[in-house]
Amino acid sequence: MSAPSQTSEIAVPAATAAQFVPALRNAAAAGLVAFGLCFPIISYHAESNINNELVLIGRWPLSFGVAAIIFAFVFLRQMARADWRIWFDRVGSIAAGGMGGALVQAAREGEGTATPSAARAAFGRYIGPFMLGLVILFPLIALGLLGPSGSLKWINNYGVQILIYVMLGWGLNIVVGLAGLLDLGYVAFYAVGAYSYALLSTTFGLSFWICLPLAGVLAAMWGVILGFPVLRLRGDYLAIVTLAFGEIIRQVLINWVDLTNGYAGISGIPHVSFFGIPFTDDDDGFAAIFHLPYTPIYRSIFLFYLILALALLTNFVTIRLRRLPIGRAWEALREDEIACRSLGINTTTTKLTAFALGAMFGGFAGSFFAVRQGFVSPESFTFIESATILAIVVLGGMGSQLGVAIAAAVMIGVPELMRELDWMKRIFGEDFDPTQYRLLLFGAAMVIMMIWKPRGLVSTRMPSIFLKERKAVSGDLVKEGHG
Amino acid sequence: MNWLTGPLLAVENLTMRFGGLVAVNAFSFSVGRGDITALIGPNGAGKTTVFNCVTGFYKPTEGRLALARDGVATQEDIAAVTRSSGRHAMTSDGELFLLERMPDHEIAHKARVARTFQNIRLFQGMTTLENLLVAHHNALMRASGLTVLGLIGAPSYRRKEAECIDRAKYWLDKIGLMDRADDPAGELPYGAQRRLEIARAMCTDPVLLCLDEPAAGLNPRESAELNTLLRSIRADHKTSVLLIEHDMSVVMQISDHVVVLDYGVKIADGTPTEVRSDPKVIAAYLGVEDEEEVEQIEKELEQ
Repeated sequence: MSAPSQTSEIAVPAATAAQFVPALRNAAAAGLVAFGLCFPIISYHAESNINNELVLIGRWPLSFGVAAIIFAFVFLRQMARADWRIWFDRVGSIAAGGMGGALVQAAREGEGTATPSAARAAFGRYIGPFMLGLVILFPLIALGLLGPSGSLKWINNYGVQILIYVMLGWGLNIVVGLAGLLDLGYVAFYAVGAYSYALLSTTFGLSFWICLPLAGVLAAMWGVILGFPVLRLRGDYLAIVTLAFGEIIRQVLINWVDLTNGYAGISGIPHVSFFGIPFTDDDDGFAAIFHLPYTPIYRSIFLFYLILALALLTNFVTIRLRRLPIGRAWEALREDEIACRSLGINTTTTKLTAFALGAMFGGFAGSFFAVRQGFVSPESFTFIESATILAIVVLGGMGSQLGVAIAAAVMIGVPELMRELDWMKRIFGEDFDPTQYRLLLFGAAMVIMMIWKPRGLVSTRMPSIFLKERKAVSGDLVKEGHG
Repeated sequence: MNWLTGPLLAVENLTMRFGGLVAVNAFSFSVGRGDITALIGPNGAGKTTVFNCVTGFYKPTEGRLALARDGVATQEDIAAVTRSSGRHAMTSDGELFLLERMPDHEIAHKARVARTFQNIRLFQGMTTLENLLVAHHNALMRASGLTVLGLIGAPSYRRKEAECIDRAKYWLDKIGLMDRADDPAGELPYGAQRRLEIARAMCTDPVLLCLDEPAAGLNPRESAELNTLLRSIRADHKTSVLLIEHDMSVVMQISDHVVVLDYGVKIADGTPTEVRSDPKVIAAYLGVEDEEEVEQIEKELEQ
């Protein structure tokens, strides 16, 4: 995969002999690189022997074999005629990255030729409402098809989990996508929200519906507290400070044992109830009152619609704000801060509102997380969570609501789906454990994604207002959230 | 002679030091109300530094910049504000501001001084219309009740927004970009981007418009259009203009008042005709080093 992009522009020389030496050199280089990469991954395999000791088993032939294949492949590709090379590239990309690689190739070929047809425009218009309808009906469809016990996994592990990240993605999108402030510590606000609910409900016995706005307000307050010191920072520096802030919050949660119970976390958080009716097996439980047979699925369905409502609230507010002066000021801030100040926009308050609003939705999501789990501990709020949420925003296309939703479904749903790849055992034999490869495949998919669509799934920006016609703005013109 | 009788902006003793470098040294000049004032000088003379001090992007090391927004301010008024710790004061003729005490966004918002930049700073990924609406930020922000009224779609906000769109349309029409209202600003040709930046600054409803090299990179036809636009800004909108320019055709044709800066020091100040024949200006522009040669030129001019 390393050689093609460099050589594809070279015109085909007339004499094969003149081609031979550079092809050999390139192929040797590719082979060496491949061998170097194979050395730590393939050359040795750690296995436990009968005495349960870890032993290293050399697999040198395999390493050499892989390097030789790549050598031969690159060599043949360079020697081949120009019109055959494209097939080599396709084979190469499929081998390297699955079907996505072929998509890359297809996208490259079609670049600049595709004009948005009427069908595509209609697709763009209806995809959002269609997907919303699908999501609203999802629990009922799952329940109908799989029954109460079969659908639990789909509603809880997939539905609720994805929607939490959709909401977090939409919340962070305000900060990163619209205002262009690169925030690597978003999970801090998620944690503030979760602990707010956990502490307020266990200590004062407040109900979820009172704690939810309180958690949002507290998280927003912390957003402003973080915002103040970082007002002058931009880009990488801002990212580092927000990263540190996320860690500080986590360290406080770990070390302030009197309040947070440290690593052990807070358990026994009151579970969600259906406006006062608990989802229990008792006589005054939800199932008994509505004359339904008791199953835990009702609680999951209620949680599903709760997080869906919260996520849609986030979406609605964001869409409205984009069309208001504050939203335009955020986007203007992302484009050019100095020009903003020359137009009399107070960049301090503009940045702080972005931080506060983003944090508030993070706080809502956190409080939902606590009521769903019934247990919070600092382990749920590590840096990897921040990174995942940021990846969702970047992958979705910064500033795009639909893109972020799709990206959340992909980022959270696909690794879960890859747990279900047992059929691959039939192809690769019983020793093959697909779950071990799921993060590898996932990483490869992300790399391909970034080659194919470097500006995210939805790489255009929709103007907030128009006179005659709403035309999408190409992502190349829009500034990225460099802070 | 507006700048002597009724100055809008009085800059006194402006000094700006960057470490050991004195970029502007004890520079005083006035901008007349309703005038087009040109600030000229060779490269590196400190013109943009003066601009950045006027618009608040730099805090001057020394000096006073008094802007009488609504009417003529007397010396006593200015002295009174200077003694007080405040940034501005009501005088009998309206609001008086001390720009050196104000942050940049307040200068734009309250003192109503707008500016453009030497290297165009448009919001490239936003459409032409959006660029003009961002300039209405403060008016719209008030109308949207700090976002709350706007979020629920209050009619008062909608009215104000429609008003702002009408104003934006007026400017789009004036700079000939009506057809490109929904195109991203980054896709406009260079000359159109320059005009849009001026229109965007005008949408903040300024009393003083500061233009940093508005004609740079324009062809002669576009330069002529710019002259017409600037004249109409002065005539129709009662906005005074302060501009930095190297293009002498623009400076000499439209300015009422020319100030010449060289190595951070004022070397000439007067009407275009006066300045054009000033030997020091000619020397600065032609790069004459000797005093003798200056005298030589003076003699030649007299003949």
